[in-house]
Amino acid sequence: MKSYKRFLPEVGMLLPAIILMVVFIFIPFFLSGYFSFTNERLMPRPIPTQWIGLRNYERILADSEFWMSVKNTLYFAIVVIPIQLSLSLASAILLNSKLKFIAVFRGITILPILTPITVIVVIWAAIFQTPDGLLNGIYQWLTGTYDYIDWLGDETIAMLSIVILSIWASFPFQMLIYLAGLQEIPKDRYEAAEIDGFNKWQQFRYITFPGLRNTNIFVVIITTIGALSLFTQVNILTGGGPNGSTTTIIQYMFSNGFSSQKIGYASAVSVIFFITVASLGLLQRRLMRNE
Amino acid sequence: MSNLKLSGISKSFDGIKTIHDVDLDIKDGEFVVFVGPSGCGKSTLLRLIAGLEKVTEGEINIGGRVVNDLEPSKRGISMVFQSYALYPHMTVRQNMSVGLKVAGLKKSEIERKVNEAAKILQLDDLMERKPAQLSGGQRQRVAIGRSIVRNPDVFLFDEPLSNLDAELRVKMRLEITALHEQLKSTMIYVTHDQVEAMTMADKIVVLKEGRVVQVGSPLELYNNPVNQFVGGFIGSPRMNFIAASFHKQEGKNITLKTKTGENVDFALDTDTTLKNDPLSIGIRPEHIALGNKYSVKIRLKIKAIELLGGTSYVHGSQANGEDLIIEIKSENMLERHKEYDFSFCPSRCHVFDHLGNVIKLARN
Repeated sequence: MKSYKRFLPEVGMLLPAIILMVVFIFIPFFLSGYFSFTNERLMPRPIPTQWIGLRNYERILADSEFWMSVKNTLYFAIVVIPIQLSLSLASAILLNSKLKFIAVFRGITILPILTPITVIVVIWAAIFQTPDGLLNGIYQWLTGTYDYIDWLGDETIAMLSIVILSIWASFPFQMLIYLAGLQEIPKDRYEAAEIDGFNKWQQFRYITFPGLRNTNIFVVIITTIGALSLFTQVNILTGGGPNGSTTTIIQYMFSNGFSSQKIGYASAVSVIFFITVASLGLLQRRLMRNE
Repeated sequence: MSNLKLSGISKSFDGIKTIHDVDLDIKDGEFVVFVGPSGCGKSTLLRLIAGLEKVTEGEINIGGRVVNDLEPSKRGISMVFQSYALYPHMTVRQNMSVGLKVAGLKKSEIERKVNEAAKILQLDDLMERKPAQLSGGQRQRVAIGRSIVRNPDVFLFDEPLSNLDAELRVKMRLEITALHEQLKSTMIYVTHDQVEAMTMADKIVVLKEGRVVQVGSPLELYNNPVNQFVGGFIGSPRMNFIAASFHKQEGKNITLKTKTGENVDFALDTDTTLKNDPLSIGIRPEHIALGNKYSVKIRLKIKAIELLGGTSYVHGSQANGEDLIIEIKSENMLERHKEYDFSFCPSRCHVFDHLGNVIKLARN
């Protein structure tokens, strides 16, 4: 009795957070696990929900549209991750230097972080507009013709357009983390290198890059997870089209769950997605630790 | 030859002058210690020599070359940092050899130099470890090893021992001194610890607020401080200062009066006439004795006693509130809050004028 009373203040302080986490994270998490084995619908209907075992999973794995979305997502991740990492590291190094007006540059670069992704997507929709958007204007000026590129309507280009927009929208976040990582590296290590006669490239190779090891692990993992859960850009700009060329796993899950109202089926997709992302994250961690 | 000569060195940061017109001559093979309280500019001066900061005015000459516009790596110097600044992902061997590698030395040459340095510093068994697997003292030795392989004209040390515990510090102090004896190179060592300065230096440079206050051997500084600052800074525990006023002067013989009414006689070394400004008598804790043995008497109420073993430091205050520290043999059992008689001899004293500058006394 006494020990129970002793923890009362702690429990009281933890309670609000615990309630929120239980209601909004744990319950939905386990519920979607449960739904994935049923034929639960979004809207109530006369036939009761039934336990259907692994049938959702069987159907998903047999659906060519699902595999198309997996392929698209992986393509997106493989293109985006290296470009975004190098871009954010390079700009972090620039912003870490002692240039004049550096604060102004830093401010400008983090603007995309402050803008909601939906707003960014709408702005880019205007930039991508066919035939008279900004990008096509530049294209026509460069080529001196009235040709244009159908940025979002062309099956072979649509995903690339989403890649460009996504890199622009999210590299500043990674850059900020790199910037923090760079500032963690003690200055006298560079001074020792100066006395040892390192040039700029050698300083990067022997000090900066090794010094960013932990930052790299973190940034790679969050970038991977972010890339795999690509959704908003696709949903607003192309809705997965044209011809399924930009469907991603989350887009696939969304259209099945909300447009087709198959919540059980969508839950199964989300479970598959969760397991994939979690194992990728673990694998990455393992690989980088052994390095 | 690796003489080092600083002429008229000044340094300003954003228009604020932190080093004022420093002239200094350091001879080949000398062990020089820059010492002073924090913020006195000693580290800045070292970084100017290293080339990590650019001088605003003046000329730095190392081994007969003006190095003002040379990169740090081309100046013939090496530096050991307070934080060691080792490359954490490299082994000890790599840490010591990477500088030579980027300088383009041959592999066999690098190996020979690194092994030689490892032997001098007894690092042979640690060569394949990384800095994180080493103790503070070992890391410091690696940092020194990285310096040695460069075979510099001048070694620079920036407070290298301040991250070590007291016992290790004493040990490393001896090691660095021994190393200097072995290598016979010029070494410049920065510290705020006057004990390190006294025990290691051939020559001490005392700095205050970006200016050189006094240059000399440890004993010179201890025996003949040019002003009250050096007197108080060199020696531990610090010199006592007793406020006094001018009483009378007959030729070179002067008499001062302390606030407690005691007359103290001194003989001047020069023909100066003292004015009626307030003066200060400096006397070191080890030069005041218990009892009435000497001519100048003081009576102290004991406030605290620090027992160090063979000796003790007694903190006491005079009737007028002036506090003094006295070093006594520990077998003299004094009690706190009681009053005792002490005395000292004027020949052991230093006299400073109202600006803190020493008034030269005749010593016999």
